[in-house]
Amino acid sequence: MQRLEGLAKLTGRERYVDDLPLEEGEFLWGATVRSPAPRGRITAVRFAPDVDWSQFTIVDHRDIPGPNFVALIERDQPVLAADCVRHVQEPVLLLAHPDRMSLRRAVAAVTIEVALEPPIFDFRAVPKLEQIQYGSDNVLKHLSITKGDVERALAAAPIVVEGTYETGAQEHVYLEPQGMLASVEGDVVVLRGSMQCPYYVLKALLAPLDRDEARLRVIQTPTGGGFGGKEEYPSTIALHAALLALKSGQPVKIIYDRGEDMAATTKRHPSLVRHRTGVTADGRLLAQDIAVVMDGGAYVTLSPVVLSRGIIHAAGPYACDHVRIDGRAMFTNAVPFGAFRGFGAPQTHFANERHMDRIAARLNLDPAELRRRNLLRDGQTTATGQVINDGTDRVAVLERALTLADYHAKRAAHPRFNRSESTRRRGIGLATFHHGAGFTGGGEVALASRLHVAGLPDGRVEVRSANIEMGQGTLTVFTLLASERLGLEPGDVVIAAADTARVPNSGPTVASRTSMVVGHMVEIACDALRIRLGLDATARGEAVRTAIRRWHRAHPNATLLAEGAYQRPPGIAWDDATYSGDAYGTYAWGAYVAEVEVDLRTYDTRVLDFVAVQEIGKVLHETLARGQVQGGVAQALGWALLEECRWQDGAMANAQLTNYIIPTSDDLPPIRVAFLENPYPFGAQGAKGLGELPMDGPAPAVLNAIAAATGADPCIIPLTQERLMEIVERGMRNAEFHGEAQ
Amino acid sequence: MTDNQFRTPHSTFRTTFTLNGTPITLAVDPAERLLDTLRYRLGLTGTKEGCGEGECGACTVYLNGLPVVSCLVPIYQVRGARVETVESLDPATLEPLRRSGATQCGACTPGVVMTARWIDAHRELLHSHTVRELMAGNLCRCTGYDGIIDGIAAGLEGRP
Repeated sequence: MQRLEGLAKLTGRERYVDDLPLEEGEFLWGATVRSPAPRGRITAVRFAPDVDWSQFTIVDHRDIPGPNFVALIERDQPVLAADCVRHVQEPVLLLAHPDRMSLRRAVAAVTIEVALEPPIFDFRAVPKLEQIQYGSDNVLKHLSITKGDVERALAAAPIVVEGTYETGAQEHVYLEPQGMLASVEGDVVVLRGSMQCPYYVLKALLAPLDRDEARLRVIQTPTGGGFGGKEEYPSTIALHAALLALKSGQPVKIIYDRGEDMAATTKRHPSLVRHRTGVTADGRLLAQDIAVVMDGGAYVTLSPVVLSRGIIHAAGPYACDHVRIDGRAMFTNAVPFGAFRGFGAPQTHFANERHMDRIAARLNLDPAELRRRNLLRDGQTTATGQVINDGTDRVAVLERALTLADYHAKRAAHPRFNRSESTRRRGIGLATFHHGAGFTGGGEVALASRLHVAGLPDGRVEVRSANIEMGQGTLTVFTLLASERLGLEPGDVVIAAADTARVPNSGPTVASRTSMVVGHMVEIACDALRIRLGLDATARGEAVRTAIRRWHRAHPNATLLAEGAYQRPPGIAWDDATYSGDAYGTYAWGAYVAEVEVDLRTYDTRVLDFVAVQEIGKVLHETLARGQVQGGVAQALGWALLEECRWQDGAMANAQLTNYIIPTSDDLPPIRVAFLENPYPFGAQGAKGLGELPMDGPAPAVLNAIAAATGADPCIIPLTQERLMEIVERGMRNAEFHGEAQ
Repeated sequence: MTDNQFRTPHSTFRTTFTLNGTPITLAVDPAERLLDTLRYRLGLTGTKEGCGEGECGACTVYLNGLPVVSCLVPIYQVRGARVETVESLDPATLEPLRRSGATQCGACTPGVVMTARWIDAHRELLHSHTVRELMAGNLCRCTGYDGIIDGIAAGLEGRP
């Protein structure tokens, strides 16, 4: 089966939010006026006298019918700043006008005056008293994991290896910028736009617009990439567009241009991770002491849960009896950081996998052998005490990657190559890692997700869920799952638009949960439909179609619905108070190998070969699954080598694709992908989550390869050419970079 | 915005050009971007805006047979010219790209397809360049490019 909407996308027929047919004059363009200052009191909003402001719809915080917050974990982030601002780019005022050019000029003709107060930009520094803006210490969230007795184990360990690792922010660069169209249709405020989570948007609209769900409707339009960047941020744009539409009485379309999108929306959390690890001389892990600090930015957004996933993955897929992980997300006056593919885990995996290579170097051990000795075996426990007993041979995942990459032969051959070359250096590196699929701990239970499979009068079935297509293949996978479960042709399955007026809340399209968790709910609903029709469990194909048509003849004008609700897999227990137990229902396991060549004249790193092996339960669709891995690897290699956010006053100064560099086709080698399968009984057809896993491994694998190639010990990403030059030529490590992060 | 402060808004001129084989005459602001003319004036929304500064290639069209980024082409420059957009392509020629997983989210795809078809029509380029080099002007954030490169290769080899 081919990607369902593939031809529409290839021919340009797919209609994204900015492509919806609207006649000029029938709608207004909306735009946002933003704070120029990182922190302070708004003292004046000045409108330049040479603009005819009567042509514009102008909205500020006083136009919000209800309370002024964007609902998320906390209610600290205003829809529009009222008295004070906490970061540059914070929305203060909204404008709408029929002509986009006039609107752009008007935005520049508004001046927001701010009486500056002392901001804080460095999340690693202890805040001064006058910089404290959250609680008593600027800590947005503090979480810790304790297993065994780390201090005693470290004191007794024959060898202790320490390391400090840093990761930078990353911009999503979904190719379709953020956008939303709001209209008032009768008594209902309708939002159409690019988003991952229609029900997040709906919930965010409720209080500020002072409306109940019956007078709100959110419809996802085909979404040109998300990667987490369209998880929480679209709620803000939806509120802005809705406020302008309500005040003007006309539909309002807000489309961010690339510069605004990069400067004003969320990014991946920067991190600083410290490791202190006790090991035996033959490389067994005795104790892992890990401290994780993340930059949360100026509002809480999703930082507590990003931190949570980060620390849960911080000790890696290894067995160790004594583990302590301390995690803090810090308030700063930076544009808030948010969800991004991997959700904290890529940061902590980067640190842990670089650290494993540092341990291997200290012990003079092959990095592959160090991992082979410590990878979790069935019956052993993770840092949170979760017993892993899934039957997956994690060492076999590693061995497969080593074989495909020709690791041992290349590792043996590189020193000779490097001795014979004056300016080229080759090396090979690896990373082994895991990623928990679905919401953490009791999160999936709290979501209480449900969806419908409807039998249509013509005998087809319709899947009604709130999970959306953003390129990862939801439409195709749900079609495949429903058709195979019921023995129907793919053409007999319709996937309903993600429209809150028509589909139940099956939860957000995040956390690698859509195929595994929601896909399984599609299967449950298909089974429920059979029962509803009085069919036995073996009924397939024509028997199902006939029964649906017969039901409709017997129940004219009625709706034939079957529900699939989330069912917690048995034997799962999580304790949020002690942060222990089964953090995730299951994990996918990966082993990635990178081979690089570094040019010592330019410090350009060329990835010569990349092998990505992962055990993901079941491959639902070969082309889609491979595409997820290749795309994730590319995005992670960009994060590792190229993508550097430059900061000014806590906002991105290089908010352009001209100087924020993402990989092109010519920057990457073919990414070689292999899957191992060990079906997970509670995922669709045995599938486990895949979307985020490929973000975890590439950065440490490629830095380990660079370390092997150059003999340097780089512990910071992005490892740009300039940074690598400093490290190789001046023997610098991390500390020297501390001053430049913000 | 500074780029607009120095010109009179809403000044217009008449221009004639050929769009997907059909002659067309418009009265437009000469500084209007070809991208906006196509999308907002003519309803040809297949051409996408990814960055607005000529970096991403999502807005690629053919101008007199050459691929250009339409966000950097003022409509004044198009007078008398031949413009072809993604809407002009024969869907049957896109089958190899469909099969190889060349599209995911689809936002870069029309531009990718325009460059890919241009390579296919100018195979002499492959004597001096790799497909990866020729595709480097089209940014894609979903596929890691393998699905695109494989689809182009399959098309060049006449595979479905």
